Amino acid sequence: MSIYLDNNATTPLDERVLEAMLPYLKEDFGNPASTTHAFGWTAAAAVDLAREELADSIGASPEEILFTSGATESDNTALAGSLRPGEHLVTAATEHEAIVETARRLELAGVRVTVLPVDGHGLVAPDALREAIRPETALVSMMLANNETGTINPVYELAEISHESGVPLHTDAAQALGKIPVNVEDLGADLMSLSAHKCYGPKGVGALYVRRRPMPGVRWLQPEPLLHGGGQKRGLRSGTLNVPGIVGFGRAAALSAVALPEEAPRILTLRERLLDLLRTGIPALRLNGHPEKRLPGTLNVSFPGIDVGDLLGALPDVAASAGSACASLDAEPSRVLSAMGLLADETSAAVRFSLGRFTTLEEVERAAALIVRVVEEITGFRLGEPSRA
Amino acid sequence: MPNDIVYLDHAATTPLDDRVLEAMLLHLSGATLRGNPSSLHAPGAAARETVEEARAAVARLVNAEPGEVLFTASGTEADNLAVMGLAAAQPGKRHVVISAVEHPAVTKAAEHLEATGYEVTRVGVGSDGIIDLSGFAEALRPDTAVAAVMWANNEVGVVQPVEELAGLCHEAGIPFHVDAVQAAGRLPIDVSRVPVSTLALSAHKLYGPQGVGALYVREGAELEPVIVGGGQEKGLRSGTENVAGIAGFGAAVRLAHDDLEERRRHEEALRDAVISGATSLPGVRLNGHPQERLSNNVHLSVEGIEAESLVLYLDALGYAVGSGSACASSTIGHKASPVLLAMGRTENEAFSAVRISVGKDTSEEEVEGFLHAFTTAVTQLREVSTFTLAES
Repeated sequence: MSIYLDNNATTPLDERVLEAMLPYLKEDFGNPASTTHAFGWTAAAAVDLAREELADSIGASPEEILFTSGATESDNTALAGSLRPGEHLVTAATEHEAIVETARRLELAGVRVTVLPVDGHGLVAPDALREAIRPETALVSMMLANNETGTINPVYELAEISHESGVPLHTDAAQALGKIPVNVEDLGADLMSLSAHKCYGPKGVGALYVRRRPMPGVRWLQPEPLLHGGGQKRGLRSGTLNVPGIVGFGRAAALSAVALPEEAPRILTLRERLLDLLRTGIPALRLNGHPEKRLPGTLNVSFPGIDVGDLLGALPDVAASAGSACASLDAEPSRVLSAMGLLADETSAAVRFSLGRFTTLEEVERAAALIVRVVEEITGFRLGEPSRA
Repeated sequence: MPNDIVYLDHAATTPLDDRVLEAMLLHLSGATLRGNPSSLHAPGAAARETVEEARAAVARLVNAEPGEVLFTASGTEADNLAVMGLAAAQPGKRHVVISAVEHPAVTKAAEHLEATGYEVTRVGVGSDGIIDLSGFAEALRPDTAVAAVMWANNEVGVVQPVEELAGLCHEAGIPFHVDAVQAAGRLPIDVSRVPVSTLALSAHKLYGPQGVGALYVREGAELEPVIVGGGQEKGLRSGTENVAGIAGFGAAVRLAHDDLEERRRHEEALRDAVISGATSLPGVRLNGHPQERLSNNVHLSVEGIEAESLVLYLDALGYAVGSGSACASSTIGHKASPVLLAMGRTENEAFSAVRISVGKDTSEEEVEGFLHAFTTAVTQLREVSTFTLAES
């Protein structure tokens, strides 16, 4: 079985999450909108509990949680549901496609958009944000952790600057939840996108955190719904709730919050071991992203002179990714790495390894050995030996 | 959930079929590694293959090509995407036609368009719930961007003449959307015969999981996405695919396709038993067309009784039924069903309406038991209300 080092693309479902979901896939199958019988009440109670679990894990109140079908929908709702023509959005060059594409559409509809550059590590400069904010700025959207490099933005600082001008801040925390502490008060976030399948929960479920009471002096945002219909959930998001999925998300978030203090350092150690082994075998290896301000499980490296397609193609037993999962079916160079100033040949040589809860030391060492061997074969060069070419 | 409660609210949601759960568990348990369908590696490819197999199965259910099916997170999202997406793709046209009995997923999407400057024509229905065909034909205009009529109604179960409606739109060159959420798996649907542009489906109404829907989009129909991002589903619906849910949807539609006739015969017999048993009580009346209705739907107005009391009484006796529709029942405050009002019922009649919807696994004994409970509940509640009236 292949070594799964692509936990930023998606994570396996934790067995304990599946266990929590199973009753709602079996006998407790009701529609929470059915108020006339016990099947509906049981389902509604399960959704309430999951909402509490998720809210607790991010320091929010249950009524601040809106369940969606995923972080992409949350991102779309946060931006498209908040901004009107003539208003101004500030975002950054390394945001997820869900933000980038929504911003592009809004721009066509008359919203002004400023895209801030990032430095060589992928960080947004707080001063750049300060300069970008204008009287008509209505929202700032800055991701917490980048999906490709794992670089962690100083969201708290960015929120402070944003709030000084009365502008609310949205953060896409899909990659961060379960990997680093995510607390809406510590971050100062007014809106936050979350995803279940990035923290050992099921695919098809996400959430949007919406601050209930505005911070003093900050414009209060209650995004308008993207979907219109049955009026479930305070009219904000229509459609029958995915009860088992929501239950799974609540449990996944709760489990991750408990596991984090032990899990994050363990995964970090494994990642550093992987980097050491790769660097020893491949001295030309280059690390992409911030050396410290980075998700513990993410390792994005460039293999100079090597085509990543060739590399990954020769590694059928290592599941890693060139760039993000969303971008991997097209062959474009990474937008994120380009924004960090990497040249085209460096971006095309980049691989993202992302470790997770179920990654073992044995897997890391085996993967490193396989990778080093394949790189040697491709370059025809073995360290410490004359070239075989 | 106590096993002794008989579930007769299949129009709200259906239990997951065991075989569907089995198909989903392959993708939920850690034993088989499935990745993100957008990833190139083996776990990603396995997930992608699962999604494509399910797509082919959904396509087969409605006799479409797999490339014409895209997955969404719900029937509501599919309806929204169709109505708003078809309208947005034709910016010059600012008129929308819907029936007066559409699901909120269509009516609210149309209202949203109305709020942004569209004109919306709502075509009425007869007292049997069937759309006024000539009224529909007259409503179509050169600037109509989209027309939408449901295949079968979620509350009263009435089946609309979609083939004729689709033909009218086709002749006029107007995109036609059909909400087939309640119809799929209960009626044969063939998009090669019925010229719809788009058609919405939902998994959890046909023994699949909650959180998955699909939209059939005819080759060549132009649509703007509602949710953008990573460009999944040909750019029409971004977001990581709900692989396990989609696998479950695939398994559910395969069963629905193969068992369609058997299910229909089984459900119709039970439905007719409920109708004849319940309407034999004085003051109990069937809503909606007696023949042109879903195989599993019974919708009754019970004179002199409030639906809320009746359904709670029935719940206490061990029978789960619906009042109006699930989507309307959670709305805060009482509101008479717009569907029943459109059919010319009074508010009182609307407030006294209950929906009993049987399923493929409902048994004759359960229906017999229900009729007994229903008779008890109606009789008791009427005595109480007479008593209350006499007291006051």
